[in-house]
Amino acid sequence: MAFEGLAERLQGTLTKIRGKGKVSEQDVKEMMREVRLALLEADVNFKVVKQFIANVREKALGQDVMKSLTPGQQVIKVVNEELTSLMGGEQSKIAVNNKPPTVVMMVGLQGAGKTTTSAKLANHLRKKHNRKPMLVAADIYRPAAIKQLETLGKQLSMPVFSLGDQVSPVEIAKQAIEEAKKEHYDYVLIDTAGRLHVDEQLMNELQQIKEIAKPDEVLLVVDAMTGQDAVNVAESFNEQLDLTGVVLTKLDGDTRGGAAISVKAVTNTPIKFAGMGEKIDQLEPFHPERMASRILGM
Amino acid sequence: YRYRKVDEEFFEELEEILISADVGVHTVMNLIDELKDEVRLRNIKDTSDIQPVISEKLAELLEKEDDDPSLQFSDNGLTVILVVGVNGVGKTTTIGKLSNHLKKQGKSVLLAAGDTFRAGAIDQLEVWGERVGVDVIKQQEGSDPAAVVFDAVQAAKSRAVDVLICDTAGRLQNKVNLMNELAKVKRVIEREVPGAPHEVLLVLDATTGQNALSQAKTFGQSTDVSGIVLTKLDGTAKGGIVIAIRNELDIPVKFVGLGEQVDDLQPFDANQFVYGLFKDALEEENSNQSS
Ligand SMILES: Nc1nc2c(ncn2[C@@H]2O[C@H](COP(=O)(O)OP(=O)(O)OP(=O)(O)O)[C@@H](O)[C@H]2O)c(=O)[nH]1
Ligand SMILES: Nc1nc2c(ncn2[C@@H]2O[C@H](COP(=O)(O)OP(=O)(O)OP(=O)(O)O)[C@@H](O)[C@H]2O)c(=O)[nH]1
Ligand SMILES: [K+]
Ligand SMILES: [Mg+2]
Ligand SMILES: [Mg+2]
Repeated sequence: MAFEGLAERLQGTLTKIRGKGKVSEQDVKEMMREVRLALLEADVNFKVVKQFIANVREKALGQDVMKSLTPGQQVIKVVNEELTSLMGGEQSKIAVNNKPPTVVMMVGLQGAGKTTTSAKLANHLRKKHNRKPMLVAADIYRPAAIKQLETLGKQLSMPVFSLGDQVSPVEIAKQAIEEAKKEHYDYVLIDTAGRLHVDEQLMNELQQIKEIAKPDEVLLVVDAMTGQDAVNVAESFNEQLDLTGVVLTKLDGDTRGGAAISVKAVTNTPIKFAGMGEKIDQLEPFHPERMASRILGM
Repeated sequence: YRYRKVDEEFFEELEEILISADVGVHTVMNLIDELKDEVRLRNIKDTSDIQPVISEKLAELLEKEDDDPSLQFSDNGLTVILVVGVNGVGKTTTIGKLSNHLKKQGKSVLLAAGDTFRAGAIDQLEVWGERVGVDVIKQQEGSDPAAVVFDAVQAAKSRAVDVLICDTAGRLQNKVNLMNELAKVKRVIEREVPGAPHEVLLVLDATTGQNALSQAKTFGQSTDVSGIVLTKLDGTAKGGIVIAIRNELDIPVKFVGLGEQVDDLQPFDANQFVYGLFKDALEEENSNQSS
């Protein structure tokens, strides 16, 4: 069954082997098969799953699990712990430059949630950290992208820096930072256009923006519903831009969100925030251990 | 693959290719079981003999004999197309492209700005309208989408246009209120134009994984989806989940999106899609052979 939780799955496997007195290596193999299926159904990348299973199998074959009276529970515990540590253990925070402004660049595929997240983050910085952020409209390609950010800025009563859609994003970033210094904004949040990781020209543009803006954070915005391709995307953005963090959006949906593991595994940068809705106050710090349970369907 | 044997390793590799294309574990495992039977039955030894069987089977899963991949139009008068889907998949962009496609066929088109929620959504649709030369019926941001669509239907009737395409706000399928809102929009269309909507197109992002199946299920329940538009196939994602959707829910793919420009929309071609699933693996194989 699709979307069946790992707990039920292992329960099913164990029902079959119950009564045998003790758990054999073959039983562990059987359980690992279920763990693999659960992870693949949750959209964890298959290469990441392979490595993960190898690690977990070793632990599961250890004395504690094999001799335990509740081997199923023990396996789940091992899986959960491994997943949590893979996703970064503890929460991580947004950078702050002691020489303001702190510059944050939002990057990612089309439709991932960059513009919305920019506004949410600005709101978060002002409300929770008492900061004075400025939003920068550097998407000159998508129809009405500037209007979208301006509308969000208005909802927040927050300034949006724009030079229209006839000036290059590199120039926009440059002038925005000058303006921020002059007007004493302490955060500059640059909303860039969505692009494919394989689009050389547009990826090059991001590198140029990065060179000029010298960001303290380059955040990759990733849709939580992303499938196996998440590793290609994250790997490629990371290689070309040296990411400092990830924001996982649309976690208010019913996706298991295995992309979280895939992205973390290939970029080795922390997932900093979770998007929990379309409204500007629906941004939350990311909790690795909650995400592990979610992926496992628990 | 040419000189290789059909063995366990071959099937493992096939499984990896298909899973990495988001086809989904269950569909893949069923398919591989069927293939193994076939191999035994036909006594196939060489991988070159099984390649066509794989492609055939996959294409069969995607396209049924009596499929009519083209859009359904009203025989007499107004055709209404409703476009639905989760956030950010490419609904509004697809509407721009589709308008252009229909105009090229000599049809007159009108658009309804049914996304009254997302910041800049109405402006975005208007830019597309200008780009392709079609009018947009709109109300203010925040107004009732059903009312906008009602207005648009009346305008479409009085202007005697051929096709009305209704944009809707992106919504995640687990939000019951928003799904009810969408069902209401559909009811207005049904009431105002007998036989409409003639198409309910669900837009799916090819980068989406297994959740797309849940999207198709739930949107299908609330709006009776008639076809899928699979967008963003110009990236590295393959959109293999549409195979599972076709099999479990019997919803056909009608169009694919291949970019952000007005011409980047194509009718779905099952063979080309299946080729796309294997393209990278074949290229890798070739470069390994030549190096
Ligand atoms: N439900 C939900 N929707 C979200 C979330 N974040 C963003 N969205 C929605 O996703 C859609 C796309 O968001 P945008 O912010 O426009 O995405 P983008 O990455 O800027 O898109 P492009 O600029 O076109 O690349 C919009 O409908 C947003 O309202 C979230 O956390 N939850
Ligand atoms: N590369 C690529 N990008 C696409 C394609 N279709 C749409 N996009 C981009 O995806 C992003 C989102 O597209 P929209 O048309 O705004 O998506 P939507 O479903 O209307 O979004 P919401 O209304 O916010 O739910 C935009 O940046 C589009 O340019 C496609 O086929 N390929
Ligand atoms: K998306
Ligand atoms: Mg944007
Ligand atoms: Mg839209």
